[in-house]
Amino acid sequence: MSLETNPKPQTEEEKKKSEMLLFLSSSEEKEHFLSKANRKILKDPLDDNNPITVQVLGICSALAITVQLKPAIVMSLAVVFVMAFSNVIISILRNSIPSRIRIIVQLVVVASMVILVDQILKAYAFDVSKQLSIFIGLIITNCIIMGRLEAFALGNGVYKSFLDGIGNAAGYGLILIIVAFFRELFGSGKLLGYEVLGHKGVTLAESTGLYALGYQDNGFFLLSPMALIVVGVLIWIQRARNRKLIEEN
Amino acid sequence: MDLVNLFVKSIFIENMIFAYFLGMCSYLAVSKTVKTAVGLGAAVIFVLLITVPVNYLLDNYLLQAGALSWLGPEFADVDLSFLSFIMFIAVIASMVQLVEMIVEKFAPALYGSLGIFLPLIAVNCAILGGSLFMQQKDFSGIEGAAVYGLGSGIGWFLAILAIAAIREKIAYSNVPAPLKGLGITFIITGLMAIGFMSFMGIKL
Repeated sequence: MSLETNPKPQTEEEKKKSEMLLFLSSSEEKEHFLSKANRKILKDPLDDNNPITVQVLGICSALAITVQLKPAIVMSLAVVFVMAFSNVIISILRNSIPSRIRIIVQLVVVASMVILVDQILKAYAFDVSKQLSIFIGLIITNCIIMGRLEAFALGNGVYKSFLDGIGNAAGYGLILIIVAFFRELFGSGKLLGYEVLGHKGVTLAESTGLYALGYQDNGFFLLSPMALIVVGVLIWIQRARNRKLIEEN
Repeated sequence: MDLVNLFVKSIFIENMIFAYFLGMCSYLAVSKTVKTAVGLGAAVIFVLLITVPVNYLLDNYLLQAGALSWLGPEFADVDLSFLSFIMFIAVIASMVQLVEMIVEKFAPALYGSLGIFLPLIAVNCAILGGSLFMQQKDFSGIEGAAVYGLGSGIGWFLAILAIAAIREKIAYSNVPAPLKGLGITFIITGLMAIGFMSFMGIKL
């Protein structure tokens, strides 16, 4: 799992980088709330260090819930919440957690956050909660959360960890929402449940918009394999634009 | 017959990877060579086979609404199901630890070959997913849960074995540079998932 293989050298690198940036900014008396280093922490995961397309973390639950835009948005918000606050809690506790049992401590912290989200969703958005079914629970084992806790929160201060949580969850949500946008648009001709391509009637005469011209939905986009292919194409586009991300083989 | 049906269904039709994308992170990260893929796949089968039935017992005798009634009639309306995430993950983490110690003691060769994959299974979504699906499917007996765990483990094993073999071959192909590595793996997985969809509707 990339927990072991990927982030270790990266953490070293990151640590060095953040140390350097800290050193550079230490000429100012107090670090600004949105200093350059902090902005970088927040912005990097959106593109250069995107959790899904570059770090390969958190794909597990990302793909199954992208058939429609609404659950994808709810899922992103849930991940932002869980990620930011578990990062903060682990960062507060980072000096008192014995390193041998840290995985279990992290799991317990994340699991309690997820239970909170699950109960809130069940109370206020029951239909979405039904749609997401087990995938809210699977946020616990979402590797992106464990990965960031391991790689960042265990070695950085509270505010930085909070920003890192928000940034990574936003990078995750960004991909989720893009995939869901295309899948819902091409698969069922709707966005957030609104028929943006016109109404599809039983016969051509009853249809409006694009459907009146003979447009057909591509039902294939609703099936799970398409999510993988859409993400693959997204990775393709991103790496074609950002050549330094290209892999060796 | 029901059990055979469930077994085949959990391997092919409700394949953890191709139908639900569970355990994708390790599937993508550890599928560069066939050898490590086999090690991880075997460990996943093993852990799923143990944790799903254990969590089934836990769910039925501790967590569900009214599950505590064996303690006495006054417990009949206790519903602890909101605790299931934390209980399941605790069981999985401790089971993985236990399995690790047992394998280390009694099969050091296997332990050596599995290496770091054993502890990492605790955070594999396929394992927790197996337990959560088990809870949703509401099996009538523990043997159903065990067969489901075994079947979904084997399905995961097959998937990672197949993709590792393909990735070993594709290293020699001329893939467009931005698509190399992760991108093409995603697309191949998508195509494989389309293939697995043809199993849909099979009934034994």
